[in-house]
Amino acid sequence: MNKMTLQTEGDTHVVVTRHFAASPEAVYRAHTDPELIKKWLLGPDGWSMPVCVSEARPGGKIRYEWTNGKGRGFYQTGEFLELEPFRRIVHVARMHLPEPTPDNHTETTFEQDGDGTLMTLRMTLPDETSRETMLASGMESGMETSYARLEGML
Amino acid sequence: MQSLDVQFAALADPTRRALLARLAQGEATVNQLADPFEMTQPAISQHLKVLEDAGLIVSRVEGTRRPRRLASAGIEAMDQWLAMLRSTMEKNYDRLDEVLADSEKKGTTR
Repeated sequence: MNKMTLQTEGDTHVVVTRHFAASPEAVYRAHTDPELIKKWLLGPDGWSMPVCVSEARPGGKIRYEWTNGKGRGFYQTGEFLELEPFRRIVHVARMHLPEPTPDNHTETTFEQDGDGTLMTLRMTLPDETSRETMLASGMESGMETSYARLEGML
Repeated sequence: MQSLDVQFAALADPTRRALLARLAQGEATVNQLADPFEMTQPAISQHLKVLEDAGLIVSRVEGTRRPRRLASAGIEAMDQWLAMLRSTMEKNYDRLDEVLADSEKKGTTR
């Protein structure tokens, strides 16, 4: 029921779907309200988000800062492009590692699905260089860092 | 490492995915690969070239034949990347399920 699907589409997109047992309004709020985002957009266990800026309006800023509480951390900045309340969010974001990665473009839609919500997330893949960088650094420094970095793509 | 964009493009075609599935069972020649697909040999060769350029398969020379097999490194690079993405997102969304369930409870007791 709550199984996530992840599929590649063409050569530059990944499409993710996930059902949630809550209304589109609730799921949408969980993606725009900083106090809610801080509770779940964390990647691997052990990481937290002490700073979360989410100005949910076109042109509004996004800033997520993560830390593992042991001196490691990184952050993501972005902007909201389009918002249709409780239905659709379009945003761009980039990771700072600390050099910024190229912008990732993501469209997220929320549809009524029975008693709950079907969320569909369509993301443009980072370009090949940044993917290779992420992958290479993952191999060097362990999965934890890579998970954390990939987190920024959400 | 081969370009992941090229690999995604190579995998976007159902025939090429089927060819990879066949090669996952072991090395095969163009004739052997063309057989179940009811496609001409040049058409199959064209697909094999796309897969080879993407670093997903490799060939070797054996007399007049050039048997193909999977290039494990290329496949693994993309699989690993997607697996990391999937793992991160699944973890987040499981957490989000709990956040949503909590909000629901608070909403009904209000």
